[in-house]
Amino acid sequence: MVDFGGWELPQQYSSIRDEHIAVRTVAGLFDISHMGRFKVTGAGAFDFLQSLLTNDLSRIAEGRAQYNLMCNEEGGILDDLVVYWGDDGFFVVVNASNRERDLDWMRSHAPRAVDVEDRTFELALIALQGPKAEGLMPADGLDDLSYFGFRPAEVAGISALVSRPGYTGEDGFEIFVPADRVAKVWDTILESGAPHGVLPAGLGARDATRLEAALRLYGNDMDESVNPYEAGLGWTVRLDKGEFIGRDALARVKSGGPKRTLVGLKTAPGDIARHGAAVRSQDRQVGSVTSGTHSFFLGHPIALALVEVASLPVGETASVDVRGRQASAEVVQLPFYRGSARSAAGSAKS
Amino acid sequence: MAGRLYTKSHEWITVEGKSVTVGITDFAQSQLGDVVFLELPTTGRKLDAGESFGVVESVKAASDLYSPVAGRVTTVNEQLAAKPELINSDPYGEGWILKLELTGDLPKDFMDEATYKKSTESQS
Repeated sequence: MVDFGGWELPQQYSSIRDEHIAVRTVAGLFDISHMGRFKVTGAGAFDFLQSLLTNDLSRIAEGRAQYNLMCNEEGGILDDLVVYWGDDGFFVVVNASNRERDLDWMRSHAPRAVDVEDRTFELALIALQGPKAEGLMPADGLDDLSYFGFRPAEVAGISALVSRPGYTGEDGFEIFVPADRVAKVWDTILESGAPHGVLPAGLGARDATRLEAALRLYGNDMDESVNPYEAGLGWTVRLDKGEFIGRDALARVKSGGPKRTLVGLKTAPGDIARHGAAVRSQDRQVGSVTSGTHSFFLGHPIALALVEVASLPVGETASVDVRGRQASAEVVQLPFYRGSARSAAGSAKS
Repeated sequence: MAGRLYTKSHEWITVEGKSVTVGITDFAQSQLGDVVFLELPTTGRKLDAGESFGVVESVKAASDLYSPVAGRVTTVNEQLAAKPELINSDPYGEGWILKLELTGDLPKDFMDEATYKKSTESQS
């Protein structure tokens, strides 16, 4: 078990390799109950979220979810999150490590008529992710659920809210269910899925699959010192939607062009570039690795690095610190792998 | 296996005359997670007791390997280059790492299995 934002989570249930391959070829079941979940309600909830977040909620409607960013006045990323537009308000899913800070930030900016409630501990959240996820869900009527759509459904006989985003690059579902009833849903999915190869999957497989899909991890690939354009998330910033926190700073970044950019690196087997490792181009340091792991699915290590803009175009050879020496790294197109996700909004547009 | 001895840094050894086989323990492999690569010395290299002789790279982290005894490397487990996962699946068998020929006395501070197990219980 490892500590992840104050939650004890398994790195692996069986083996990271097996779990990773299961997610890519069949499906893996993740417990992501550590994610923070807030309910935002009140007459001004829509306007409040519009003024707080970078993406434009008017581009979606009730019954749909949207990937979004919360920035500070300087345009630095406070968190990346998903907003669900429900029939009785909005549901916001944030990173576990930022939950308390996000809650404080949101409450300190909320007008009196808007209520921000922490629902993290009432609802469990599990995710079935993989190319065969749809057929393996013990629920009816999900086949026409669209990417980033959500609706109520009976899963294993339990009333749940089911959505269709994901953090692996694969098709799949996230299931919100009362914490005291999640065990039945979890067990049913695993029991019925086991003959097909479904495995419970831990943080190791989650990190490897999200990295292959080039989905950013807050705290690794971005933080307050990184703006959305540098993180390759400019598509989530809608400068034309009206005022929001960070808008002026972000408009300046956009017109001047970002100074740094995230690139993908591929290294030889064994050369895993870890977070913080220096990245060089022709003996000059141009940035550092933000995330790196071994990809069992691709058969070689992969890494994301934040580097000076235009210093490392795709196809270039960089060098990166691995265990105190310089290892050769090829700059490759992102994402490293495009899975079965219906429209990989997070990876395809970045 | 009778006669397996353990170190505080989670290596194990077996001794046959002057020949010592070295590996990492089941506890160590479970803590490391899936091993993806090993950087190992060439045969003939002389190692002091406690000297770092290589690196085991898992998905989680790179960890140094330490020689539990002073000796000269006689054999390296070549299978690990293609199948580093043997460290996870069979740490006391096919996942052995190298064999040394003792150049000094066997240190006295090894633990037996029961003592080692006890020492890891507080860490897991």
